[in-house]
Amino acid sequence: MKIIKDKKIVEDTWTFVADDAPLADGDIVVTLDRWQAEKDRLLNHAGNLGIRLEPDQDIAEIAADLDKFQLIELNFPVFTDGRNFSQARRLRKHYHYNGEIRATGNFLRDQLFYLYRVGFDSMSPAYDENLEEAIPRLDDFSVTYQQSTR
Amino acid sequence: MYQYNQDDQTILEERVAQFREQTQRFLQGKLPEDQFRALRLMNGLYIQTHAPMLRVAVPYGLLSAKQLRKLAHIARTYDKGYAHISTRQNVQYNWPQLEKVPEILEQLASVQMHAIQTSGNCLRNTTTDPLAGVCKDEIEDPRPYCEIIRQWSTFHPEFAYLPRKFKIAVSGAGTDRAATQLHDIGIHLVANEQGEIGFRILAGGGLGRTPVIGKTIRPFLEKKHLLSYLEAILRIYNLHGRRDNKYKARIKILVKETGVDKFTEMVEAEWLRIKDHMELSDQRIEQIKSYFAPPAYEPDADQDSSFGIHLQQNSDFAAWVKFNTREHRIPGYRAVFVSLKAPDSPPGDISAEQLDAIATLAEQYSFGEVRSTHRQNLLFADVKQADLYALWQQLDQIKLATANIGTATDMICCPGLDFCSLANAGSIGIAREINEALDDLDYVHDLGEININMSGCMNGCAHQSVGHIGILGVDKKGAEWYQITLGGCSENQAAIGQRLGPAVAKDRITTAISDILEVYVEKRHDQEKFLDTVKRLGIDPFKERVYENN
Ligand code: SF4
Repeated sequence: MKIIKDKKIVEDTWTFVADDAPLADGDIVVTLDRWQAEKDRLLNHAGNLGIRLEPDQDIAEIAADLDKFQLIELNFPVFTDGRNFSQARRLRKHYHYNGEIRATGNFLRDQLFYLYRVGFDSMSPAYDENLEEAIPRLDDFSVTYQQSTR
Repeated sequence: MYQYNQDDQTILEERVAQFREQTQRFLQGKLPEDQFRALRLMNGLYIQTHAPMLRVAVPYGLLSAKQLRKLAHIARTYDKGYAHISTRQNVQYNWPQLEKVPEILEQLASVQMHAIQTSGNCLRNTTTDPLAGVCKDEIEDPRPYCEIIRQWSTFHPEFAYLPRKFKIAVSGAGTDRAATQLHDIGIHLVANEQGEIGFRILAGGGLGRTPVIGKTIRPFLEKKHLLSYLEAILRIYNLHGRRDNKYKARIKILVKETGVDKFTEMVEAEWLRIKDHMELSDQRIEQIKSYFAPPAYEPDADQDSSFGIHLQQNSDFAAWVKFNTREHRIPGYRAVFVSLKAPDSPPGDISAEQLDAIATLAEQYSFGEVRSTHRQNLLFADVKQADLYALWQQLDQIKLATANIGTATDMICCPGLDFCSLANAGSIGIAREINEALDDLDYVHDLGEININMSGCMNGCAHQSVGHIGILGVDKKGAEWYQITLGGCSENQAAIGQRLGPAVAKDRITTAISDILEVYVEKRHDQEKFLDTVKRLGIDPFKERVYENN
């Protein structure tokens, strides 16, 4: 599957593992629930590890484990739920997280510019999206009034 | 006023391009209605009863003559020849076509105007005191801080999808004319014990369904921390504000449910983490202040004697000066309200011809600038007393000199059933009826200061809950009824009006208002103002009269 990463269209190398599915090989992403339930097992996983957070899940819960994750997915249940914009900002600025932050779920291409500015590196919409058409929206504005998280 | 630099202009032009692309996608069926809705709202575009409504931002109410002429041009070309001043100092058009909106935005951008964030669940236009910079009771001019906030809040990447809309007001004077206690964030310029000027920060105020008076969460904030503090509040709100129920999503509910102490603690903790990285330099503040430097006042403006003579000779002029002008900090100058409350015109409406004429008068008499006010009027901030008589005559010719500012006929009124698809009841028609009932200007003058605010539904766009008399349109089995409140106030002693009793029917509302005013005239002490009489007597005597015939 293709995603947007660092402003380019690339093949996704990660596999999201649903809570009731067996762990896959390679680089996997799990939910917070699964991480908390199967921490030891996941720490022994051969590939890279990622975690998916919903907007109401507090980053503080994984603050001590951030270095275990090469990827943090912030999932958008609906595009109007703007909590992830603050979540990403906090991950970067308060928790100094340097791994990849990815938007998943139902955000819009019209939000790409904002997503990128608050610290998201990659975007993987849950619906069928024309990424070629979407990618210019990362650069809707050439000047801004606020400091960027980057 | 603030002048755009190349960056400001680029942002506007890129915004026009962005919105044009979004509109095209929508019209081609490639952008679903629910998605386009959120995007168009952030550009002030509503779909109303007859046509879209476009709300154009007037940052903290400042307009140049050139901008007024552009607004007139848009009214003529894309609307039915008029515009409407909203209660948040913005300008609304009720009849544009969706397809034409990108073109209108392009026209606006050519005079440094836009519709950015005039609606939607985002940071809205910051409002302030219409007498900023000219009133006598000012601690410091709030406008430079409004501009600093405007820039920070424009396309803030983190706060574009908040739980609900978010409004900030700034006041720099002793008297709060910006209703700061009724905003999501209210900012007051204040001096501390050392005489340094900074900000008092209030949070959690708001009107609408559940009116709440804001609470002070920081008594004194150094100027350099303005943006970091705002950012801390917004981040806490964005993360913790309720998203499960749109009627409970404003920050006032978060503050209430969390408790003001706990909320303040959360904000302060967030602020401590960021404050050192976002300081405003003195240089930056000074640079923005330079745009609001006082104009070249004439030092001997108060030497003019013609003003006094006209006052004595012409009682209509004297009444207009008394009601429609205000003291100015510079001797020999006055601030002049342009009443958009002529008896036969919907409150806040202004025609293209009037807009053009005002632009010319502004150039002639008030340094080329005009302000919009939250009571839906306009203001010339800097008029020499020697020019007042000529200005009055010219305003009178274009029906903009009704001497009723601050009186019962200076009503705030939302568009109501005539335009708004959310309305339960009409408001413009009732305003006209009340005006007809109060057609004796001497009686209106004798009644003195009375704010009547009227909204067509619970959303309360006309701030009825803080009107001295509030009128709220409600729906009763498909019929239009009106709920009356008394004793509301949006100034220093902010208060939410008390319900008088059951709603009254449409054919009774004007009589009810007349009854209330009669009771006041009968019971007032000497010079006692309406609001003070209501406070002294409570609502009972008014209630008895209004309901005795029902
Ligand atoms: S108060 Fe209600 S009727 Fe009036 S403009 Fe607002 S939403 Fe519309």
